[in-house]
Amino acid sequence: MTTTSPSAASAPIEAAAPAPAEPAKRRRKKSSNFSGRDRTVFFLMVAVPTFFHVMLVWVPTLASIFFSFTDWNGFRLSDINLVGLTNYRQIFGAFSRDFYQALLNNAVLLVFLFLGPTVFGMFLAYLLDKNLKGSRVYQSVFYMPVVLSLAVVGFMWQSVIYSTENGLATQLFGSGNSGINWLGNQDYLISFSQNLGVSKNFIAILVAIAWRHAGYIMVLYLAGMKSVDMSLRESSALDGCNEWQAFRHVIFPTLKPINVVVAVITVIEALRAFDIIYVLNTPGRTQVLSILTTNNLLGEGGGNVGRGSAYAVILFALCLGFVIWYVTNHYKESEA
Amino acid sequence: MAVSSPPPTTSDPNTAVPNAIAPKPVGRKKKVRWQRVVLHVFLTLTALVWLVPIVGAVFSSFRPFAETVRDGYLSVPDTLTLDNYRNAWEQGDILHKYWNTLLILAPALVLTLFFSSMVAFAASRYSWRFNVGFLVLFTAGNLLPQQIIIQPLFQMYNRIPLPELLSNSGKLNGSTWGLILIHVAFQSGFCTFVLSNYMKLLSPELNEAAMVDGAGVWTIYWRVIMPLTRPALAALATLEFTWIYNDFFWAVVLEQQGADRPITSSLANLGGEFFTDDNLIAAASVYVAIPTIAVYFALQKHFIAGLSLGGSKG
Amino acid sequence: MSDLSLPQSPSPSKVGFALPRRSMIKGAAGVASLAAFPALLAACGSDSDGAVADGGTDTTTAGAGGFELGAGSGDLSIGSNYSNDQVKDALAATIAALPNKDIVPAVNTTDHNTYQENISTYLQNPDDVLPWFAGFRMQFFAAQGLVGDISDVWAAGLDNELSSGFKTASTGLDGKQYFVPFNYYAWGVYYRKSLFEENGWTPPTNMEELTTLATEMQAAGLTPFAFANSGNWPAMGTFDQLNVRINGYQFHVDLMAGRESWTDDRVKEVFATWETLLPFHSENPNGREWEEAAAAIVNKEAGMMTIGTFIGSQFPEGELDDLDFFPFPEINPDYGTEVVEAPIDGFMMAASPKNEQAAKELLYFIGTGAGQDAYLAVDPSVVAPAESVDSSVWSDLQNKVFDTVQNAKFVTQFLDRDTSPEFASNVAGPRIADFLADPSQIDSILEDMQAQAGVMLGDG
Repeated sequence: MTTTSPSAASAPIEAAAPAPAEPAKRRRKKSSNFSGRDRTVFFLMVAVPTFFHVMLVWVPTLASIFFSFTDWNGFRLSDINLVGLTNYRQIFGAFSRDFYQALLNNAVLLVFLFLGPTVFGMFLAYLLDKNLKGSRVYQSVFYMPVVLSLAVVGFMWQSVIYSTENGLATQLFGSGNSGINWLGNQDYLISFSQNLGVSKNFIAILVAIAWRHAGYIMVLYLAGMKSVDMSLRESSALDGCNEWQAFRHVIFPTLKPINVVVAVITVIEALRAFDIIYVLNTPGRTQVLSILTTNNLLGEGGGNVGRGSAYAVILFALCLGFVIWYVTNHYKESEA
Repeated sequence: MAVSSPPPTTSDPNTAVPNAIAPKPVGRKKKVRWQRVVLHVFLTLTALVWLVPIVGAVFSSFRPFAETVRDGYLSVPDTLTLDNYRNAWEQGDILHKYWNTLLILAPALVLTLFFSSMVAFAASRYSWRFNVGFLVLFTAGNLLPQQIIIQPLFQMYNRIPLPELLSNSGKLNGSTWGLILIHVAFQSGFCTFVLSNYMKLLSPELNEAAMVDGAGVWTIYWRVIMPLTRPALAALATLEFTWIYNDFFWAVVLEQQGADRPITSSLANLGGEFFTDDNLIAAASVYVAIPTIAVYFALQKHFIAGLSLGGSKG
Repeated sequence: MSDLSLPQSPSPSKVGFALPRRSMIKGAAGVASLAAFPALLAACGSDSDGAVADGGTDTTTAGAGGFELGAGSGDLSIGSNYSNDQVKDALAATIAALPNKDIVPAVNTTDHNTYQENISTYLQNPDDVLPWFAGFRMQFFAAQGLVGDISDVWAAGLDNELSSGFKTASTGLDGKQYFVPFNYYAWGVYYRKSLFEENGWTPPTNMEELTTLATEMQAAGLTPFAFANSGNWPAMGTFDQLNVRINGYQFHVDLMAGRESWTDDRVKEVFATWETLLPFHSENPNGREWEEAAAAIVNKEAGMMTIGTFIGSQFPEGELDDLDFFPFPEINPDYGTEVVEAPIDGFMMAASPKNEQAAKELLYFIGTGAGQDAYLAVDPSVVAPAESVDSSVWSDLQNKVFDTVQNAKFVTQFLDRDTSPEFASNVAGPRIADFLADPSQIDSILEDMQAQAGVMLGDG
C-alpha cells in the first residue's frame, strides 16, 4: 500500500529509500508499443501544450535575441534594420554607469538572498517542523507576504513603513523632526568607485524583499522536511546529538534535492527581481537589470526595442547559465 | 478497474506526524519544555515583526488620509472610518475588477494544470526518446525573465485577429484570451516540473495493472494517475492562484482597456498624476489581498503536503 | 546610426512657442462665450446650418477624413489618463456636455503613470480619442504615423478658438495638426499669501532678493524652499527654471534637442547656481514624495516651493485662496523672466479610428470654450486655452496663471516633454538626482549625461 498511495508519499522525496528508483525506471512503459489510437492521444497530450509553450515563450525569446541586433522602434516591421552589436556596445559604453550599477545590485541581491532570507527561511522551517503548537498560525503569518500582490507590498513599504516623515520606520527609529529618507538616500554604504557601490536605499529595499522571500523559502523547506523520516530525527536525538549536530548531520543532508530547488529559485529570483523595486519607483541607484530592460523596452520613448532587447538578452544569458547548471544537475540521473 | 479509485488521502502530515514521534526521553522533559517556551517567544516576536507592514496598512485604511499625514502612521486615531473602503470600492470599481480577474484566472488555472499534467504524465510515466528533453524545455521556459518575452509577444498578439465576439479589440492583443494563453504557456513550465516529479513517485505497476484491464493512455491518465496526483494539484493550484492573480506585468502591456484589466492594476488607477490618497489605496489593497489570503487559508492543509518540489531524484 | 529614431532637430518654434495676447479682454471673452459656440458651429458646418441642427442629416462626407459637425453618431471609445477622482469626473463632465447626443462615448481610464509608461504599445491598439502632451512628444508619434491628422478639425473652427501658439504646439513636423489642447498649468514659485503678509515679505524679482528672502525665512525657523524629488520630475522642473533664467529660451531648446552639450559651461553654471541655493532647500529631497513637501507649505513650515499649479490639490478646502505664485526670479538680465513653463495637455485621434466622424466631433468640442468650461467647473486647478472660455468664474490664481502665460515671450513644456522622453526618464532624471545627492560629482554626472545624450539624441 505504501508505494502506491501518494498520501503515504506525502513525503515524496523518499530520502530514506532511494532504492526503488531503479526498478521503477526499468518497469516504466515504453511508448513505442502503443496502439494507433493511443499513439494519437499520446501525441496530442504532448503536442498541444508544447505548441502553446513554444509559440508563446520560446519563439518570442528567439525573436528578442534577433531584435537585440536591430535598431527597431517597435512600430512598423518594415523599419527593422540590422545594426550588429551596436546595442551591446552602447550598453557597455555610453550606458555602462547604470548598467554596471544594475549588475552589482543584482549580485548584491543574490548574495543577500542566500545569506539572509534563505537561511532564515530554512531556520523558520526547521523550527516550525517540530510539530509545534500553533505551527500553522506561525506558518500563515510568515507566508502571508508571499501571497500579497506586489502592488500591495510596494505600497505598504513605501507609504506605511518608509515614508520620510510619517512612516512607521521613521517614527520608530527617527529622532527630531527632519525625517529619515529611507528610499531616497542614495549615498553608498559600500563604495567600489565613484559611481559604483551599494547604496543605502538599496539596503532598505533589500529588507522589503527579505520580508517577502523568507516565507517562500520557509514553505519550500517545510515541504522538504516533511519528508524527512521522523525516526531519523528522533534517533539522532537519542544518540545524544545536540540540536545543531542533528540538523547539520542528519536533516540537512537529506534536504539536498530541496536545496537545489531553493538555490535555483533564489538565483532566478535575484536575477529576475523586478516588481518591488519597480513599484517603489526605482529610487536612485536601486536599478536592477530587469528594470533597465523594462524601461528601455516598454518605456514611453519607443525606438528602443533594439536596445531593450539587448538588455533582455543579457539578463536571459545570466539566467541561462543557472538554468543549464540546474537542468543538467536535475535530469542527469533520469537521462542516464 | 480497482486501481482507478483513489486511495484515501486522509493523512494530513500535521495530524499524521505526532503518531510518528517516538516518546520523548523522560530525562529531557524539563529541558525540552524550557526550549519550547523560548521557541514560542522567538516565533511570536518574529511573527509580530512580520505583521507590522500588513497591520500598519490595514490600520491606516480605516483612517482619513489628512489625519495620518498630520500625525504619522504610528499615532492614536481620532477618527476610524469605513469611508476609504466605500470610496475604494466605488472608484476602483472593485467588483468589476474581481470579475475581470476571475475571467482570466479560472480558465488559466484549469488549463495550466490540465496542460502541464498531460506533459508531466507523458514524460514521467513513459519512456520515449525525448521525454527528458521536453521536461527540460518546460522547466527552462519557466525560468526565463518575462521581459525577454513581452515585446515579441505583444507584436504577435497585435497581429492575430480574433472575431469581435471573442475580443473587443478584434485582436488577440487586448483580449482576455491573450492573457489566459500567456499565463498558461508561462506557468505550465513550473507545473510540469512539479507534477512530473510527483508522478514519477507513483508506482509504475499502476500503468501495467490498468493496461491489463484494457485501459488506454487517456484512461490511465485521467482515471488512474490524475486522482492520485491530487495533493500536488491542490498545492499547485494554491501557488498558481497567487501568481496569476498577482500578475500585473502581462496585464498592463497586453490589455489596453483599463476597464478590462484585472484587479491588481486597479490599485494604480486610484492614484492620480500628482496626488495620491495613500489610505484609500490601503483600503483597496485590502480588497486586492483578500482573495489570495482566503485561498491560502482554505487550501493551506494541502499546500505543504502537496509540494513535491524536491522529489526529483528518480 | 539610425535613420528612423526620434526627429532629432525640431526647429525652436516647434518645441516652444509664443502665445500671443488675446485680442479680447477677458470680461468680454466671458460674456462672449455663450454666444461663441453656435457662431463657431455655423462657421464650420461647411454648407448649411441645418447639418448642425439636425444632428447629422446631411451626410455628404467628403471621402476619408471628411468631417462635418453634428454628423457623428454611434460608439466612440475615448482613452483617458484622468484617473483619480476629481479629474476623472471633470473629463466625464466634458464628454457629457458634448452637444451631439447621437454619439455614445465610452471612456477607458488608465492611471497617468501606467498610461505613459505603456504609450508605445497602447498606440498600436488605441482608443479613437486619446490624451497626450503637446509639442515634441506628440510630434514623435505623428511622425511614426501612429496618430491621425485632424487638420480639418482645426480648419473647421479651432483656428478661431485657439491662438497660433497653441496651434504650433499642436502641429506635427509635416505641418499638419495632430492635437487639440485642452488645459495647462504653470510652473513657478508657489507660496501662501498669508505667510508672506504676516512677515512683511514680498515676492523677490532677482537672485539677490531671493537670497535675502530665503535667509530671512531661515532666520524665522522656516525651510525657504520645500523640496521633494520622488519620481525625479520635481528636480527636472527646478532645472528648467534655472536653465531658462540663466541661459534663455534658445539654449534650453537646443540643449533638449541635443544640439548643445551637457558638458557646456553654461550647464555647469546652472548646477553651480543650484548648489548655492541647495542650503535653502529641504534636505534629502530624493525619494521624498512631493506631497510631503507641499504639506510643509500648507502647514507654514516652509516658505515657498518651485512646482506647478497642481500644488493646490494639497490645500484644505477654503484655504486655496491663500495660494499664490511668482515667476522664478530673474537671474540673467538678458533673459529676465521671459520664459514660462506651462505644460499643455490635450487629446489626439488614433491613426485609424473606428468612428472617425465622432472622434473628430469630440476633439472639436474639447478644443472649444464650452468643452473646456465643463472641465474647469469640476477641476479648477488648471487653466484652459480656448478664446471663448468663461474666465469670469476663475479664481485669482487661475487668472494669474493665464496672464503669466499670455504675457510670456516664450512658453516651454517641461524637460520630459521638450526632449526625448527616454533621455528624460532614463538619464536626466536619475542624474539630476545624483547631483542632489552629491553636488561635488557634477562633472562626472554631466559627462555621463552627454555620453548618453549623444546616443539618444543623435549628434550632441
